[in-house]
Amino acid sequence: MTTAPTIDGLRAETGEDAVPAVTRPAVRRPNRSFVHGLLTNRKATFGAGVVLLFIALALLAPVLAPGDPMRITGAIGEEPSAAHWLGTTAKGQDVLALTLHGARSSLFVGFTVGILATVLGVGVGLASAFFGKVVDEVLSLVTNVFLLVPSLPLLVILAAFLPPGLTTVILVLVLTGWAGSARVLRSQALSIKAKDYVAAAQVSGERPWRIMVAEILPNMASIVMGTLLGCVIGAIGAQAGLEFLGLGDISRVSWGTNLYWAGNEGALMTGAWWVFVPSGFAIAAVAFALAMINYAVDEVTNPRLRKVKHAGRTGRREEGRA
Amino acid sequence: MRYLTRRLGFYLVAFWVSVTLNFMLPRFMPGDPVSRMMARSTNQLSSDQIVQLQRLFGLDDRPLWQQYVSYLDDMIHGRMGVSISRFPTPVVEVIGSQIGWTLLLGGTSLVIAALVGNLLGIVAAWRRGGWIDSFLPPVLIFVGSFPYFWLAMGALWVFGLSLGWFPIRHAFDDGLQPGLSPEFLGSVATHLFLPALTIVLVSIGGWMLGMRNTMIATNSEDYITMAQAKGLRPSRIIFRYAARNAMLPAVTSFGMSLGFVVGGALLTETVFAYPGVGYQLLAAVQGLDYPLMQGLFLIITSAVLVANFLVDIVYVRLDPRVRVS
Repeated sequence: MTTAPTIDGLRAETGEDAVPAVTRPAVRRPNRSFVHGLLTNRKATFGAGVVLLFIALALLAPVLAPGDPMRITGAIGEEPSAAHWLGTTAKGQDVLALTLHGARSSLFVGFTVGILATVLGVGVGLASAFFGKVVDEVLSLVTNVFLLVPSLPLLVILAAFLPPGLTTVILVLVLTGWAGSARVLRSQALSIKAKDYVAAAQVSGERPWRIMVAEILPNMASIVMGTLLGCVIGAIGAQAGLEFLGLGDISRVSWGTNLYWAGNEGALMTGAWWVFVPSGFAIAAVAFALAMINYAVDEVTNPRLRKVKHAGRTGRREEGRA
Repeated sequence: MRYLTRRLGFYLVAFWVSVTLNFMLPRFMPGDPVSRMMARSTNQLSSDQIVQLQRLFGLDDRPLWQQYVSYLDDMIHGRMGVSISRFPTPVVEVIGSQIGWTLLLGGTSLVIAALVGNLLGIVAAWRRGGWIDSFLPPVLIFVGSFPYFWLAMGALWVFGLSLGWFPIRHAFDDGLQPGLSPEFLGSVATHLFLPALTIVLVSIGGWMLGMRNTMIATNSEDYITMAQAKGLRPSRIIFRYAARNAMLPAVTSFGMSLGFVVGGALLTETVFAYPGVGYQLLAAVQGLDYPLMQGLFLIITSAVLVANFLVDIVYVRLDPRVRVS
């Protein structure tokens, strides 16, 4: 959340700097160079590699660690060994199996919530920017209220009243996660709406929804991607937090519930670090990888940040000489 | 002034939304958890208290709009009923005894993270490509990727349990009389250190990167070149010219991150059994103490709203453009 205003601020500049010069000759080109820029960006390839690795591990979990991960397979609280690579929990469950299977629920919820929250954010942001006036006033008000109400206490309250389960977790996370993206996307859509080609489309009698989907949305692709990544990161973290508090679906294996059980069974007190380190590390690795892709998107689309890179190199050389 | 009245109106709307949410949740959620809570604790409660709780949670037979009007009236006057899990203390008193700890923890860590993070961002932007600029951001993003509570668990395990440098739970040593004695204040400080440290570590990266990116934009402005051409001292250019103008987004995000810090404090408080409102909120949820839960949510939200309004007032002082329009 702390980075949101920054992105907001930088977007405004990208809109001014990049679009007029590049879009004129052909509409397709900026997108192609965007993808190309991402593929050759080290941060992006690293991030994508890590995320794909975790998705592969999640998909292969039933093959790599067959059977129910909750079942007891070893002695109580064993240290990592050849039989149990990551040791066992205080109940005697295999930690590696729990971590692998946990990836399934955590990534599924993370990406589902991320996509739903982004779609909601895109819808609200576009409608707000395009229709303006009363629609904008009302939608902006709702967005800002949701941004301001502290999300974790709200999550806790909602989860306490709703019946526990996966649907509740997803619903609650989408409800508290969409507002940030709506605000960023609204301000970007506003700056695109002021461009001549949107006015041209309006004059030529295109329908509002067509202008929004076919004219404005494609030119916001990189920002939509950035907010999607942000939403997924937020959702994975929020789900883990919610489940760590015991407010998720405790019967389902996920990284958050693994940590909940680790705390509940006193893994800290007995010094069983192998029980709580893997799940937390997995969450951090995925979040870090997604953040890397996000910064790469920023670098590729924001010429100022790219220029800085070169300036940085020369700057260092000068300092070295001095 | 017009700006501030608009903002005030907005905060009132936000407050009204949270009150209304509180009103609607127990009335429209399936399963009717509140009547189960009432059934369990009827022999505890006096008839007065039962009537009041029934009013608050919509178990009386009045029409909905009447319930709503009296609910708004109750909330504005702070009549939030009695806590079930900490019977017979009224909800307002339970919250009052704990909000100070959350303000201490959240406030300390937010101020430290914002100050240090912004300073690092300023230095990083000024010496682009230097040690701080190239080494710290990836490290801080990586640390910031860990869940709050997981970092707190790690710190608790390493520094509290293995090394034994810091206490592992509560806000001060048992047996100490709360007061202004040096012994008590020292105990509070040592108990505060680890929880605050974990919040600072997780949030500092966002501050640093935000400030760095704004500073990079500001540094390419003509007036910076002009200042350099005039031969002003670098420290003067950095702080009086560049950072001063790059500060506005940071002030805005200070207000925004208040809510974030309250959330982070909730998890950190749970790990360290720190007696703040977040820890109490979780205890209320586990004890199915709906009056306390709702009261806590409303108080936390109100605190964030008030703090944001204070930030707005500061903003008006800092940015003349807001005053003019």
